[in-house]
Amino acid sequence: MTDLTQLTLAEARDGLTARRFSSTELTQAHLDAIDAAGALNAYVLVTPEKALAGAKSADERLAAGNAGPLEGIPVGVKDLFATDGVRTTACSRILESFVPSYESTVTSQLWRDGAVMLGKLNNDEFAMGSSNETSFFGPVVNPWRRGGSDAKLTPGGSSGGSSAAVAAGLCLGATATDTGGSIRQPAAFTGTVGMKPTYGRCSRWGTVAFASSLDQAGPITRTVRDCAILLRSMAGFDPKDSTSVERDVPDYEAAVGRSIRGLRIGIPKEYRLEGLSPEIDALWQKGVDWLRDAGAEAVEVSLPHTSYALAAYYIVAPAEASSNLARYDGVRYGLRVPGRDIAELYENTRAAGFGREVKRRILIGTYVLSAGYYDAYYVKAQKVRTLIRQDFENVYASGVDAILTPATPTPAFGIGEMANASPIEMYLNDVFTVTVNMAGLPGLAVPAGLGAQGLPLGLQLIGRPFDEETLLAAGEVIEQAAGRVSAPQWWK
Amino acid sequence: MNAPVATHNLIKGATGDWEIVIGMEIHAQVLSQSKLFSGASTEFGGAPNDHVSLVDAAFPGMLPVINAECVAQAVRTGLGLKAKINLRSVFDRKNYFYPDLPQGYQISQYKDPIVGEGEVIVDVPDGRQIVVGIERLHLEQDAGKSIHDLSPGASLVDLNRSGVALMEIVSRPDMRSSEEAKAYVTKLRTILRYLGTCDGDMDKGSLRADVNVSVRRPGEALGTRCEIKNVNSIRFIGQAIEYEARRQIGVLEDGGTIDQETRLFDANKGETRSMRSKEEAHDYRYFPDPDLLPLTFEQAFVNGLATGLPELPDAKKARFVSDYGLSAYDAGVLVAERETADFFEEVAKARDGKAAANWVINELFGRLNKEGLTVATSPVSAHQLGAVIDLIGEKVISGKIAKDLFEIVWTEGGDPRAIVEERGLKQVTDTGAIEAAVDAIIAGNPDKVEQVKLKPTLLGWFVGQVMKSTGGKANPQALNDILKDKLGIE
Repeated sequence: MTDLTQLTLAEARDGLTARRFSSTELTQAHLDAIDAAGALNAYVLVTPEKALAGAKSADERLAAGNAGPLEGIPVGVKDLFATDGVRTTACSRILESFVPSYESTVTSQLWRDGAVMLGKLNNDEFAMGSSNETSFFGPVVNPWRRGGSDAKLTPGGSSGGSSAAVAAGLCLGATATDTGGSIRQPAAFTGTVGMKPTYGRCSRWGTVAFASSLDQAGPITRTVRDCAILLRSMAGFDPKDSTSVERDVPDYEAAVGRSIRGLRIGIPKEYRLEGLSPEIDALWQKGVDWLRDAGAEAVEVSLPHTSYALAAYYIVAPAEASSNLARYDGVRYGLRVPGRDIAELYENTRAAGFGREVKRRILIGTYVLSAGYYDAYYVKAQKVRTLIRQDFENVYASGVDAILTPATPTPAFGIGEMANASPIEMYLNDVFTVTVNMAGLPGLAVPAGLGAQGLPLGLQLIGRPFDEETLLAAGEVIEQAAGRVSAPQWWK
Repeated sequence: MNAPVATHNLIKGATGDWEIVIGMEIHAQVLSQSKLFSGASTEFGGAPNDHVSLVDAAFPGMLPVINAECVAQAVRTGLGLKAKINLRSVFDRKNYFYPDLPQGYQISQYKDPIVGEGEVIVDVPDGRQIVVGIERLHLEQDAGKSIHDLSPGASLVDLNRSGVALMEIVSRPDMRSSEEAKAYVTKLRTILRYLGTCDGDMDKGSLRADVNVSVRRPGEALGTRCEIKNVNSIRFIGQAIEYEARRQIGVLEDGGTIDQETRLFDANKGETRSMRSKEEAHDYRYFPDPDLLPLTFEQAFVNGLATGLPELPDAKKARFVSDYGLSAYDAGVLVAERETADFFEEVAKARDGKAAANWVINELFGRLNKEGLTVATSPVSAHQLGAVIDLIGEKVISGKIAKDLFEIVWTEGGDPRAIVEERGLKQVTDTGAIEAAVDAIIAGNPDKVEQVKLKPTLLGWFVGQVMKSTGGKANPQALNDILKDKLGIE
C-alpha cells in the first residue's frame, strides 16, 4: 500500500470515496507518522482516541453514502482554535491547562463536514512571532534542511506547527491564523500552500484573539486544490462574529484549474526592496513569466504607502493585543500565581504566564494607546492603514485582478539564528505580508520551487476582497509550473 | 460661562455668598431581556454567577454581538430627552484591570455616542421651572460585583451584572442647588419610567448618579469640581451635594484650593471623602473596539420608534391643565408616575376633572402614602372612586358622607352605590324631615335663637346640631336655607 500520509487531501478524499482505504487506516497512518516525528515538535497535543473515534464515524457515513465534503480527512488544528473538551493554550503558559467547553466556529464547520481531528498544533505564543520560537512548548523544527546541513531551521510562524505538520505528512491539512503573515510566511518556509482569506470570510468566534481587526483564519495544505477544499469548509458567515460577512461561500475548488487568460497581474514596484536577495528577485520574475505563459498580462503597479505598512502594523496589532490579552488575569481561568493583593496577583500571574515577546507587544500596545501618545501613534497608524487600503483600491480600480509579490524576503532561517537580532529584524519577515492584513484582502502563498540552499521559496498572490477564487486559479498555474516539492523525511 | 446669577440659590458663607454648580452623570440600566453584547439574562436577584455567558466571563475567543433591543431603548430614551439621535455611533474599549471586569476593558462609547444633545424640563419644589441640558447619552456595559465580606481569605466575584446594558446620561452643569439636582433626577427617572427604558429602581441599582459639584462666587468662572461617585438614592444625592458644597466653601474660605478628585459618599456619616485624586486617575486607553463595527441605522428606524413612544410627562401635564382645568401643580403631581396619571384619567373619565383630581390627590394619595401603598396596590379602584364622586355630583350623599363612604370602600370593598343604599347613607333632601329637625332644635334652645340674631356666625352651631340629629344626612344646602328662613337671618 502507498504511504497514506503522502497523499494530497484531494487524493485522500477520492480514495476514501472510492473505498480504496478507510478513514481509520488513513487516520492511523497519520497518528503513526506523528509518533515518529516527535523531533519536529509540531503537535502540542495529539488526540488519538478522538481521531480514531472520528474516523470510525466517518467510515460509517462513507459506507452509508452520506459523507460530508471532508469526510474522514485527518487534519491538525492550530492551538489558537478552541476545541471543546480538548486543551487549548495558544501555546502560552497562561493557558497551559485551559480546556474550553466550546468549539470555535471554524473547527466546528470542519467537524460538520466530516473532518477528523488529530490534535493541536504548535504556534508562536498568542500567534506573536515569525519563527515559532516564542511558543511555551518550544520551537517547531522545519522538515526542510539546507543542502548538506543538519542545522535545525524554523518552519516560520506563527503557524509553524501547522506548516511543519503539513509539510512533513503529519496531517492532510491544517487550520492556521494570519494577523500579519502567520499563514503565508510559514507556508513559504515549508513549501506548502497557505491562504489568508479576506477579513470577515472566516469567523473569529472561538479563536484566541491576537489583533481583532487583522486576525483571520485560513488553511495550510500541500496543494492549491487542497487549500480550496479546506477553505470552503472553514469559511462562512457567523452571527456570533460581528465582523464576519454575510456572503455565500463559493465552490472554491471549481476555481482551481480555471484559465487565467486575460487576467491582469499587478507587479508592485515598491515591493522591490533595496537589498532584496537576487534569488528572491529571480523567483519573482519566474512567477511573472509563468503567469504570462498561461495567458495573463503583467503590469507594473504602485502601492506608494507600502514602506509605512510595517511600522503602522506594529502599532495597530500590539495596541489591540494589549487590550485583548487583558482578560488573562488569573481570576477566572488559566494560570494564577497568588499575591498579597489583587494587583500583585495580576503582576505575578502575568509575569509568569506570558513570554518575552508577548510582554514586549503588550507594553508597546499599552504605550501607543496611552494618553498623550494615542494621536501620535495609534491614530496616525490608522490613517496609514486607510492609505494602504486606498493604494490597493486604486490598483484594483485600474483593472488589475491580482497582485504578485514574493511571500518572504528570505528562505527559512535557523532556529536561534535571530536570537541576537533586534526584534525589528524579526518583524521584517512580515514586510510583504502585513499590507494584506492592513487592507483586509485575501493573500495566497504558493510554493515556487527551491532556492540555492535547497530550501523552498514562496510567492504571494494578493486579491480583491472576497476574490479568493482568482488567487486559487493563478496559484494553481504557479504550482503546476514550479512543480511540487516534498521535504526529505530525515527524522524517521 | 457667565450666565446670569439667580439670587435665590445662593448660600451664605462666612465671607459672603457662594453659588453651587452641579452636573450629573446618571447610569440607568436598560430594560431588556438580555445583556448588551450577550444572550445572558438581565434578571435581578439570581444566585451569584447564574446569569453569565462565556462572553460575559471573557473566555478566550468570545466576541460581543450588539443587542438590537438595547439600541432601540437608547434611541427611545434619546427621543424622550428631545435629543439628537446619531445614526452612526462607535463602541470603544475603556481599559482597566479589576476582578469584576472580566475583559479587562469596558465596552462603552467615547467619542461618538448614540445620542447627542437634548434637554429636560424640571419643576423645582419652590415652583420654578428650570431646563437642564443633556450633553449626551451613550451605551456601555455594567461591571460585575466584587464581594469582600463573604470569605475570610478572599474576595469573591459575581458576574450577573457583568455586561448588562447601561445608558450613561450626562447633563450639563445646569443645576444650582441640591433641590434642583434632586428634582432633575426625579424628572429624569419619571421620563425613563414612562418610556419603559429603565425601571428607575434605585434600591436595585438600576439608577445611579455620579454628581459633579463645584462652588464659585456669583458671576465668576466655574470652580474646580469634585465628582461624587455612585450615589444611589435621591435623598443621598441631596445630602452629598449639601455636604460637598459646604466642604468646598470651607476650604476656599480658609484660603485653600479644591483638588479635582473623585469622592465617595458615606451614607452613614452623611459625608463625602476622597477616593482618588486627578493624578491617580486611570489612563483608560480608549480606542474603538475592533470586535464591533460602528453602530449604524436609518432615520426610518428612529421614526418608527418615535411613533411608538407613549405620551411623555410634559405633554401629559399640559393636557391635564388644558383638558381638565387642573392647576399646574396638581397636574404635575398626577403625571409624576404614569400609573397615577392613568388612574386619574380613569377616575376623571366623563366626570369633573377638578373633583377627580382632588379626590385622587387628597383622599387617595393621602391614604396610600399613609399605608405605604401605590395606585397599583390601591384597595380602592378607579371605578369605585369614580362612583363615590358620582354620588356627590348627584347630591345623593354629602361631601362628608362621601369621606365615610370612601373609608368603607377602602376597608371593606364593594360597590359604593349599593353601600349607600344598604346603609341608608343617602342624604335627606326631604325638606319636611329637615324642617322637623330644625324646629326641634329651635324649640330646645331659645337662648341660642336670641344670640344668633346678633351674631350670625352662630348659624354653624345650628347646622351642627341638626346634622347630629339626622346622622349627617341632611342636605347641607337645604338645611342652610331652612335654618336661615326660620331664624330670620340673611
